[in-house]
Amino acid sequence: MFTLDAFILGAVADFNGGDILFQLAMFAILMFLLKKYAWGPLMGIMKQREDHIAGEIEAAEKSRAEAKQRLEEQRQLLKEARQDAQNLIESARKQGELQREEIITAARAESDRMKQSALREIETEKDQAVAALREQVASLSVLIASKVIEKELTLEEQQQLINETIAKAGDLR
Amino acid sequence: MDHGAPLVDFMGLTFNLSNVLMVTVASAIVFIIALISTRTLAMKPTGMQNFMEWIMDFVRNIIKSNMDWKTGGSFHILGITLLMYVAISNFLGLPFAIVYDHELWWKSPTADPVITMTLAVMVVVLTHYYGIRMKGFKEYGKDFFRPMGFLFPLKIIEEFANTLTLGLRLYGNIYAGEILLALLAGGLAATGAFGWLAAAIPTLAWLAFSVFIGGIQAFIFVMLTMVYMSHKVSHDH
Repeated sequence: MFTLDAFILGAVADFNGGDILFQLAMFAILMFLLKKYAWGPLMGIMKQREDHIAGEIEAAEKSRAEAKQRLEEQRQLLKEARQDAQNLIESARKQGELQREEIITAARAESDRMKQSALREIETEKDQAVAALREQVASLSVLIASKVIEKELTLEEQQQLINETIAKAGDLR
Repeated sequence: MDHGAPLVDFMGLTFNLSNVLMVTVASAIVFIIALISTRTLAMKPTGMQNFMEWIMDFVRNIIKSNMDWKTGGSFHILGITLLMYVAISNFLGLPFAIVYDHELWWKSPTADPVITMTLAVMVVVLTHYYGIRMKGFKEYGKDFFRPMGFLFPLKIIEEFANTLTLGLRLYGNIYAGEILLALLAGGLAATGAFGWLAAAIPTLAWLAFSVFIGGIQAFIFVMLTMVYMSHKVSHDH
């Protein structure tokens, strides 16, 4: 049979001052050694990691803000470029319009000028033609006169003929 | 079952050599585990370093649940060392017990009330020490009269009760576990083949339970340490 009572009482009865001191000393030494060789370095590396993560997060946030700013800049630039292109097209169109207007005006002026000169030429031609005709009429009238004279005209008849001729010449005019 | 202890008188003090041996073994194992797991430290932790960091975070959470980290941070190392030491001590007696010349040599050091009470008194004395150091003697003394002056006797009793329960709870749990193990493995199993078979399954079950108890008791010991510490150190309690 097991004598539990004796076992338990025996254990409790041992009040050993040496054990107490030894336990305290060992625990103090253990804590000191662990702090120096295990927990200290481990805490150091955990702190380091914490700092590292914090730094990385900060850097990521910074670069994200930068990227956002860049994007905004690019967008602005794109907008400006588009505006520029629009302006360019607009001004080109305006210039084209202006040029067309100019060309039409110039062509109209040229055609007017040509018409004027053609009219003048026609006038000149006509004058020349009239002059030539008048010359012909004069020679013709001399010819007629010589013919009439050949026929020995009376004075009245002669007079009448001259008048008629003059009248005709006047009509011709 | 009826073992004596290897007692030796030295310089007017009584030493239980079994306790001396087991305290040394437990301390050595804790130190070796800690040293091996923190020998190759890296920013990206692997293997044992993960385990150690988990323990550190575990203790940090225990402390944080009792006081703010600014005052509690200085007890971090105490907490980790206590947790590891008590847990390893609790586990030491589980695999076997060595009896040599009718004297019990190998057991859990925490299965001895002298050891657990030493740890408990050390913790309580530390709480008083830090209470005086962090709040000043005046505030520390005033705390004994809060919230009501007439509670002073209760406060004094509380200090002793805390110390006793802290040490004896640990001792009782581990000692009871070892006794049952001794009864099963050393008593029932030694009665013959049938006794061995009958004892196998309860022993296995009780071993598993004892491992659980050992871990839980280590956690409770550290938790109560931090609770008592926060009572003494924090201002708003």
